[in-house]
Amino acid sequence: MSAAAESSALEQQVWRLLADVPDPEIPVVSIVDLGIVRYVRRDEAGRLHVGITPTYSGCPATAVIRSATRAALDAAGYADALLEEVLAPAWSSDWVTPAGRARLAAFGIAPPQADPVRCPRCGSAATERVSEFGSTPCKAHYRCTQCREPFDRFKCI
Amino acid sequence: MSAGAAAPARRERALSEALFRYVLRLADTSLVLGQRLGEWVGHGPALEEDLALANLALDLIGQARLLLTYAGEVEGEGRDEDALAFSRDAPEFLNLTLAEQPNGDFAHTIVRQWLIDCWQLEIYADLAASADERLAAIAAKALKETRYHHRFSSGWLARLGDGTAESRSRTQAALDSLWRFSAELFAADEVDERMAAAGIAAPLAPAAERWRIRAAADLQAATLALPAPQPYPWHGKRGVHTEHLGHLLGEMQHLQRAYPGVRW
Repeated sequence: MSAAAESSALEQQVWRLLADVPDPEIPVVSIVDLGIVRYVRRDEAGRLHVGITPTYSGCPATAVIRSATRAALDAAGYADALLEEVLAPAWSSDWVTPAGRARLAAFGIAPPQADPVRCPRCGSAATERVSEFGSTPCKAHYRCTQCREPFDRFKCI
Repeated sequence: MSAGAAAPARRERALSEALFRYVLRLADTSLVLGQRLGEWVGHGPALEEDLALANLALDLIGQARLLLTYAGEVEGEGRDEDALAFSRDAPEFLNLTLAEQPNGDFAHTIVRQWLIDCWQLEIYADLAASADERLAAIAAKALKETRYHHRFSSGWLARLGDGTAESRSRTQAALDSLWRFSAELFAADEVDERMAAAGIAAPLAPAAERWRIRAAADLQAATLALPAPQPYPWHGKRGVHTEHLGHLLGEMQHLQRAYPGVRW
């Protein structure tokens, strides 16, 4: 295997590993689903770099995510990998992957997309906003006027 | 060192001192406002507003942490975000005087929030293009959060201002009482001028003009009367505060003052 192919195989392996690190607040989605992992790359010296970005400046899950990522890397034998915090470009809910959106919806959280906001339970577009803020920095509070159930919506930012 | 080399070094030191103060002003305004909003937790007029104010506080304290960490690095004396937040006395805090004003009723809290949201929208928008990459990154991130905050505060301003006779009179009273602190928002001093000259911050005059236009539009939507301009006697940016900051810090810093260096 060439050095480039070997690097790329290793990077793929680390991406798969990180896809198993759950978000501490919404454990049905991983940090890869949420677009928190920005890059995995090997530098010329063979050192592995993993970049993660905070979602909201004050999200209390940020520190937990950092230590869970570190622990996953260490446990898989990448103890010398460098875990880097990336601020720019700022995280966007546009980065939530299609798989992540499907998992959020199945869990009962309306994924971040343009209006209309559909009820994750019955699919109706007859929904209304209760509050722009919810139980975590990334969610707003909605209700369905069709099936009458309240639900969370992942904020678009 | 020759005399020729000493002058650039002196200039660089002066610039780094000004940058430290500039970043602290932004950080302290977010930190103090975040702490004030935290006082609402468990006391909000409705559960949704309680959660909303706590969410705003969280974003603001998150911004303060990023900014304080950077300020500590600029200063280069080993102070981290905790040392700067919990071990400075009131005269060393450089927040806008407006941020430390007490919560009052919900109308006071909304007016204070709205005035600062409008200010942060302009300041962060300019800083997102800063020559200082670290500040640009923090500002770009904070700007997205601030747009969300402004939607909340301007929405409540309109609902309260254009609401009942009671909500209207309370909101106008809050505006009339807090307006005197607004002159400080864009009062440029030597720190601001040095930052503008270095391309780190934009000059404040255009931002002030955009702020005035937005504030007037929001007030019009809320059917509230724009108070008359007032002379500028407030100096929170220079560390001269109203009596309220000391009480706020007394609570915020209690644990670290009683048990210095204590960790979870």
